[in-house]
Amino acid sequence: MEVLVQLYTAILSLIPFEPVRNAINMLVPTLAIASMVLGIVFILIWWERRLIAFVQARLGPNRLGPGGIFQSFADALKVMLKEDIVTADADVILFTIAPILVFVPGLLVYSLVPVGNGMIVSNVNVAIFLFLAISSITTLGILMAGWSSNNKYSLMGGIRAVAQAISYEIPLLLSIVGVIMLAGSLSMVDIVQSQNVWNIVRQPLGFIIFFICSLSEVNRIPFDLPEAESELVSGYNTEYSGFKFAMFFLAEYINTFTLGALCTTLFFGGWRFPFDNLLGDIGLQLTAQLGIVWFILKTMFFFSVVVWIRGTLPRVRTDQLMAFAWKYLLPAALLNIFVTSIFAAIGFGVFSR
Amino acid sequence: MESFGRIGFMLFLAFIVPTIALVLSRFLQPRFVTASKIQTYECGIKPYGSAWVQFNIRYYIYALIFVVFDIETVFLYPWAVAFKGLGLFAVIEMFLFLTILLVGFAYAWKKGALDWH
Amino acid sequence: MAANTIFFMIFSLVAIISGFVMITRRHPLSAALSLVVTFISLAGLYGLLAAKLLFIIQILVYAGAIMTLVIFSIMLLNVQEEDLPAEERIIERVSITTLILLPMIYIIGRSFTVIKDGQFPEVSQDFGTIHSVGMFLFTTYSFPFEVISILLLISLLGVVVLAKRRI
Repeated sequence: MEVLVQLYTAILSLIPFEPVRNAINMLVPTLAIASMVLGIVFILIWWERRLIAFVQARLGPNRLGPGGIFQSFADALKVMLKEDIVTADADVILFTIAPILVFVPGLLVYSLVPVGNGMIVSNVNVAIFLFLAISSITTLGILMAGWSSNNKYSLMGGIRAVAQAISYEIPLLLSIVGVIMLAGSLSMVDIVQSQNVWNIVRQPLGFIIFFICSLSEVNRIPFDLPEAESELVSGYNTEYSGFKFAMFFLAEYINTFTLGALCTTLFFGGWRFPFDNLLGDIGLQLTAQLGIVWFILKTMFFFSVVVWIRGTLPRVRTDQLMAFAWKYLLPAALLNIFVTSIFAAIGFGVFSR
Repeated sequence: MESFGRIGFMLFLAFIVPTIALVLSRFLQPRFVTASKIQTYECGIKPYGSAWVQFNIRYYIYALIFVVFDIETVFLYPWAVAFKGLGLFAVIEMFLFLTILLVGFAYAWKKGALDWH
Repeated sequence: MAANTIFFMIFSLVAIISGFVMITRRHPLSAALSLVVTFISLAGLYGLLAAKLLFIIQILVYAGAIMTLVIFSIMLLNVQEEDLPAEERIIERVSITTLILLPMIYIIGRSFTVIKDGQFPEVSQDFGTIHSVGMFLFTTYSFPFEVISILLLISLLGVVVLAKRRI
């Protein structure tokens, strides 16, 4: 068990009444992971701004706190005090629900992701499938935001977001099939535990497809057509201001962190220390005691890669975007499944377990 | 039961956090509504008509193809989970399933239904 | 057990209410959005009945894919409220619907009298899990599974034909 989990269990066992203990055991881990995610998001915003500034040879926010780390908290406070404008022609109810509907799936999926050894809100055995189902709801929220604004740019952005999301969802779903096949389970904990050899070795093509598709699902550069500022002002959130806009902004960062978390869990051994089973006792202890550290480090690495890509690549064109999903990624994902299933069926090399 | 209780609590949190933030912001923010402020944004000019107009059919075609492939993918998941207990016969079965669908996919490709016009 | 029953009631109630809202709303988009609520509460019912695969398919395919399609087609047609025909001959329609529904109501009523308390057999632990469904689907029911691919192929061809005619 992890150090933090041990500490938590020790404190929990001090509480005398069983019903109280059960209630606390239900609420506290959920609350802890939710607040961890929300806390990390603020750091992520600052980290992205610093990193992109580094790419562009600027300084970025560096005034508030050490290295400017409190900048995002100040921004959140500021945006809280800003006037929240609802335009006269908007559909008020949907306009208000939409940001919440985009935010909810983003946080909800963290009840399925193991952030450390034994640190998971609930280890359901259909986790990945449920994860994909929950995150497909986000699309509906974006479409709602675009439509309810009654603004041409918003609607255009919303429709683009949905067309892009549905095109890239198929290769995304297909790219995970290989991982599931090798683990024989949909539970994320089982998948991490099955990775004595990291899945990236067995599923390199699957990882590339997964990474590209999830980049597109979270609408990051080079796939940020729904909010292409040179064409659509700001896309589906053009009419949003104040804290409703901040909701979309936070959801985007949570989703980008989720991208990293999923890459880590599915392809890079989750909370496991690199080569822990080869390092013997030390490696296994590092995995067992400090899982959350490795998980967050790996996830931050993928987040930084996303920022790096943002600093490097231009935006793709709509026709290229669609053609890439349907004509390259989909056949490649099917090929990956074919090859993996043949190798796994005959038990070839690293596929044997 | 405990696991679903926790997911339920997470769902509750995910709803309550933005709601509290929005309500709080409502009390903290200034409100000066003017006619031009609540006008729909259209690059500075007065908005021309409503945004709720008819949309291009090409989006619809993608959505239709998506539904077909989504259902196909859903069948792949139970297959992948049960893969270890099924053996080579299941591999052949799935190959047949995918090959039949790939015929349709190749047809759609050839006819240009996947192109962005 | 009691909590399950309470959640079952809540989900059924939400499903019925949102279904009612769906058929009474005039604007197609609000009708479609209440349909989403119906689909999600149906998914909740499946989840409570231990049908895990159905639960996820209900959310992924119905609430995700099919609803996107429905909302897309509503936006595509962009039916205005004044374009909608007036609802006429309501009494006739309601009576015809009732006539069609009568056999169903009969079956549901029968099930209440036939199935008494405690007559349900306990389902095994892996009932409805994805693994067991997969096992059945690819051994016992492999032929129907292959037929599904033909069905999907036909629908895909239909899409292409539609696309070619309209563009």
